Amino acid sequence: MTENREQFRPDDHPNDHFLLTTVVGSYPKPKWLDRANDLYEDPDADFGADELAEAEDDAARLITGEHERSGLDVVVDGEMRRNEMVEFFAHRIDGYEFNGPVKVWGHNYFDKPSVVDEVSYDESWLVDEYEFTASVADRPVKVPITGPYTLANWSFNEAYDDEESLAYDLADLVNEEIEKLVDAGARYIQIDEPALATTPDDHAIVGECLERIAAGIPDDVRIGLHVCYGDYSRIYPEILEFPVDEFDLELANGDYEQLSVFQDPAFTADLALGVVDAHVAEVESVEQIEANIRKGLEVVPPEQLTVSPDCGVKLLPREVAYGKMANLVEAARNVEADLDSGDIDVAAPTPADD
Amino acid sequence: MTRIATTPGLFPLPDDAKEALSDLKGHQKGDLVSGDESADVSAVYDDVREELVAVQQDAGLDRVVEGQARWDDMLAHPLTVHDNVSPGGIVRYYDNNNFYRDPVVEGELTFSGDLAADLEAAADLTDDLQAVVPGPYSLADLATDEHYGDDADFQAAVADFLAGEVEAFPEAVETVFLLEPSLVENSPGDGADERASEAVDTVAGATDAEVVAHPYWGALDEKVHAHLLDADVDAIGYDLVADHDDNVYNVAEYGTKDSVALGVVDGQNTLVESPDTIRERVDWFEGQVPNDFEDVYVTANTGLFYLPVNRFEEKLRALGAATGSESVEEAEVEA
Repeated sequence: MTENREQFRPDDHPNDHFLLTTVVGSYPKPKWLDRANDLYEDPDADFGADELAEAEDDAARLITGEHERSGLDVVVDGEMRRNEMVEFFAHRIDGYEFNGPVKVWGHNYFDKPSVVDEVSYDESWLVDEYEFTASVADRPVKVPITGPYTLANWSFNEAYDDEESLAYDLADLVNEEIEKLVDAGARYIQIDEPALATTPDDHAIVGECLERIAAGIPDDVRIGLHVCYGDYSRIYPEILEFPVDEFDLELANGDYEQLSVFQDPAFTADLALGVVDAHVAEVESVEQIEANIRKGLEVVPPEQLTVSPDCGVKLLPREVAYGKMANLVEAARNVEADLDSGDIDVAAPTPADD
Repeated sequence: MTRIATTPGLFPLPDDAKEALSDLKGHQKGDLVSGDESADVSAVYDDVREELVAVQQDAGLDRVVEGQARWDDMLAHPLTVHDNVSPGGIVRYYDNNNFYRDPVVEGELTFSGDLAADLEAAADLTDDLQAVVPGPYSLADLATDEHYGDDADFQAAVADFLAGEVEAFPEAVETVFLLEPSLVENSPGDGADERASEAVDTVAGATDAEVVAHPYWGALDEKVHAHLLDADVDAIGYDLVADHDDNVYNVAEYGTKDSVALGVVDGQNTLVESPDTIRERVDWFEGQVPNDFEDVYVTANTGLFYLPVNRFEEKLRALGAATGSESVEEAEVEA
């Protein structure tokens, strides 16, 4: 168990056991925010940067509140100000340029940026977002940041000899941003590295990136790593060497087929277990989610278990996304109560066994 | 020796067509090209084809492709539109951050004519037509077989299917590029390497046009390369962007056909190679191997849909310029 976990236990937490409940980050945008973005893009509309910023504030306040209402212990703003996980950051980093949309699949495109010069830190990326969310939230706020390996891998590289050196330079920038976030009060940072799933052989590069990211960050700041939709056997147990407190993994989508990967050798970090599927538009029942949480207890003891959705939920209908969060929290509290009363045998080795 | 500027096709849609088609067709997997598109959708694709042919002609390319704008599923396209194939789940396209519908083959791979129809339309627009076709090994590799039951039988069926499609191509087709990235990405082992070569041979035998078997994303394993040389194709492609040393080694060690295709422009990076750089890369390759080539196809290594439109067009112009000035010089010398 990491020492920095207890700070997120709410004062009024009902059970002795504490399964930290949170989300990965993205959330469906309210339809009116999409309309505001359309208006902002429309040169004929009388809708400028100030109006858009106000709409984004309103949406961030609304969705942060929605997260709190569902009962989550640690909340986010649903990434209301972000369009896409690489574009958003590339717009804020010197050295990037945009040339137009490229195909992902079918008629789904993204503005894949090009690195045309050495990357450097310009304006802050997320401090304003964090400060606003923290100011409207009663619960602690987590900050998701796209990781340097993904920022490098999902960009065109015109300027660096190889992707690895680009990723390391970006990692130094992420470190700089996290220092600013920590100064602003942030205590929970999540690095998102979905690109690792496509190129698992590069786990050592991601590890070196994380060394740079974590350098000088105080121990009471919790750092998580989110990796989704891949063959985890190709990166485990190597990832246990990474300097992070927690791994946030997608496992519900594959019906926990990959769970055994993490049982040998023992999972020494905290596990943020995906317990609801981010790509199925039906809300899982509380009972189903409780069963999923118990799967996590086959890998780690309760002190190391965080409960979260598989991935960002922005593609789901909003009411479904909310339903999943509310049921996730209810299920976690039920499992905690069962643990308190001794009704659950924890299969995972306890930390004392180490 | 003639240097021929060309590409492996699979072009990005023009940006206005991206929007028009996504509005007409939708974003979900059931909305993608099925082979029986509506008249509205077909009209957009007809316009796109004209635009893509014109872009290549303006760039001065020596071979002009249809553009493969309809290939929503990239190289899997000829199967995903087939009547006896169901488009399955969305799966990753090689180790790219791209996805396609897994073609699940549920019945006999009968003649389709989908590729020939697009080429007929393109033949009205250019006299330098080049067809682009997935190689049989790659197409089988990208698909799921639920009908033939045996890997070797399935690949043979895919080869026969492609041969039938190629046989139906219009006379105007001068060159056929058979794209075989799976020969590198999922290298065939003992026995399978020989069958892959035979499958390429089957498809190549279906046309009188020049046939280029073009693997990319690296160099072929030595044995795979040696077997591929047994196929009756006119040229083999070498991706010098991804791996120039091993490709030179293969040619120096095992020889190659009388003609070659050289992937010297990076289809997956926005950095635009200058015509000088392109010429230097071709010169370099020719200096490394003893061969005296008939034709050298000077090409991008991969399809170009990975790129934003502005960089795609710049790369075409660079390719055209890289061979254009040279043919002018040669013409002057001959005169």
